[in-house]
Amino acid sequence: MNLMEYQGKELFRRCGIAVPRSQHCTGPDEAAAFVAANPGEWVVKAQVLMGGRGKAGKIKFASSAEQARSVTREIMATPMPPNRQNPDGEEIHSVLIEERLPIAHEAYCAITIDRTHKRPVMMVSGFGGMDIEEVSEHHPDSIAKHFIDTAAGYSPFIGRELAFASQLDVGYRKAFPALAGALYELFFRYGAKLVEINPLALTSDGRVIASDAKVELDDDALFRTPEFTEWQKALPLDEDETLAAQAGVGIRNFRRFGGTVGTMANGAGLAMATMDAVTNAGGRIANFLDVGGGANAERVRNCYELVVNHTSAKVFFINIFGGITRGDEVARGIVTALEETRARRVPLVIRLTGTNEEEGRAILAAAGMTPVETMDEGATRAVEIAKA
Amino acid sequence: MSIFLDQNSNIIVQGITGSEGSYHTARMLAYGTHIVGGVTPGKGGQKSEHGLPVFDTVKEAVDVTGATQTVIFVPPPFAADALYEAHEAGISLAVCITEGVPVHDVLKVVGATSGMRIIGPNCPGLISPGKASVGIMPGHVFSQGDVGLISRSGTLTYEVVDGLTRAGLGQSTCVGIGGDPIIGTTFVDCLREFKNDPQTKAIVICGEIGGSDEEDAAAWIGEHLAGTPVVAFVGGQNAPPGKSLGHAGAIVSGAFGTAKSKIEAFRAVGVPVAERPSQIPSLLEKALAASP
Repeated sequence: MNLMEYQGKELFRRCGIAVPRSQHCTGPDEAAAFVAANPGEWVVKAQVLMGGRGKAGKIKFASSAEQARSVTREIMATPMPPNRQNPDGEEIHSVLIEERLPIAHEAYCAITIDRTHKRPVMMVSGFGGMDIEEVSEHHPDSIAKHFIDTAAGYSPFIGRELAFASQLDVGYRKAFPALAGALYELFFRYGAKLVEINPLALTSDGRVIASDAKVELDDDALFRTPEFTEWQKALPLDEDETLAAQAGVGIRNFRRFGGTVGTMANGAGLAMATMDAVTNAGGRIANFLDVGGGANAERVRNCYELVVNHTSAKVFFINIFGGITRGDEVARGIVTALEETRARRVPLVIRLTGTNEEEGRAILAAAGMTPVETMDEGATRAVEIAKA
Repeated sequence: MSIFLDQNSNIIVQGITGSEGSYHTARMLAYGTHIVGGVTPGKGGQKSEHGLPVFDTVKEAVDVTGATQTVIFVPPPFAADALYEAHEAGISLAVCITEGVPVHDVLKVVGATSGMRIIGPNCPGLISPGKASVGIMPGHVFSQGDVGLISRSGTLTYEVVDGLTRAGLGQSTCVGIGGDPIIGTTFVDCLREFKNDPQTKAIVICGEIGGSDEEDAAAWIGEHLAGTPVVAFVGGQNAPPGKSLGHAGAIVSGAFGTAKSKIEAFRAVGVPVAERPSQIPSLLEKALAASP
């Protein structure tokens, strides 16, 4: 679960990381009322998960209540435009009104999980305010890293070492080790997968302040912090995730791509390989769908309807290799879906093998369907139908 | 021979009385796996539905049965605890099937259980065909032989193995290492074991997008496995960046974890990469024929 900036900054505050004074507002009137009550120089920032707000004109200044009202209205009037990272763009539902800082320097500080070292890695760079991938491309030497031993945890020497190695401006040095420690505390306490401060501002009056906040929490750890379930409700699932949840599969198990060959398989690895097979056969994929392990007829039926009703599929390739999943359950789910549903009809190509494959094939045969033998054959057949 | 697991392995099941644990224990027993008991706190002294002794603690189970391996079917909030308990009791190999274990739990437990090999979490387990199966793999698709297989995925493994078996290429050991970002045993760990296993003559690696495990494996093969026939497959070549597809670990972010980088890494060390799983048997036969 990715947090919005205002939610991330709430966690920063709790862990003692300095953030600008701010107010989260859901509309122009609220923004105006806040600035009227708190005169000064403010920044109005769209609250979205995607990056590139500045370039998209979704961060603006306001020094009066009326200005706060008009820029908030302007920011919220149109969604974030699509960019390379997020080709769908994003709706804007709220803004953060924030104290305008006199910024002298911008740095970067983040903690994430390094898969190879199996440790949290703290990364610091003197090049703040840029996309870190750009920094690693153009100034690879500017990024200093430390792989933190989870048993020993954080110790201030790590912050000192990173500050020197990344040649942070001398103005950061006093505050940085404690700040990095607070960030590690946050990372650890809330089971985060990523915490990122970009930019970490050094103001002209010598304060070190987190000017932005990016926090990704581990969905698998949310059960430990019930309050985040409430936060999650404030973060609308995207359409694919909503549809996946409705069909009773994990939100990562379904993705649409706009092509003409619908796919469904059991297991993420097989589902990815199925997409690859369709592409290799010259087809365009309508979707990724992992029906999950041990799917029963009910779930198969829901997944059938998900693909048929909600994707651009002209043909539907179902690829099941039964392990825990039983072929007869899958076949029963498909047959019930065909009998009961009012879903539009699309030609089906079914490959069914593994556990209880004989029973499954018999059920399909009784309904007048003949499965193909292999994944390649199924992919080729599906692509032929899509192109016909 | 085989790696990690054979017919003499004494195995316990943590979570043996739960529905998953119980179901898969029956299947493992049916395969001939030497399961000697199970652990469910509070049910010590009872017998499982399979007639196996149930213990309250792993320590007790180890003391009584002499088990050295465990397979874990407990729910995600308790998985790390189960691993710590196994480590403390002297278990040498723990297979964690549980899906959805918090990544920080895994980080901490892999850092604090040295001496115990962890496979998984979120994995289908491992099988040494004809000898023993630990986990949830369907035994009937496997056959005994000399191909070692390592995979990040479950059903894709069955797909690939089915092809190998049909082509007459039996397997020494197949390890499902799991699809999470942090896992106890990596491709390289398995390659190292396969190198020392006299039964294993060839290796198949089924990777997928995300992380750099495949690149690390390719580098290790280049240095240590020259001359051993190895074939690779990389799933998820058509996955869009920034979105995990099913497996929490299968995500392309920026320049990292792309199928292209993995395929190039394998090819650079002379490992042929199959475009589709069905090509693996023939590529392997070719590699075997070319090897001395």
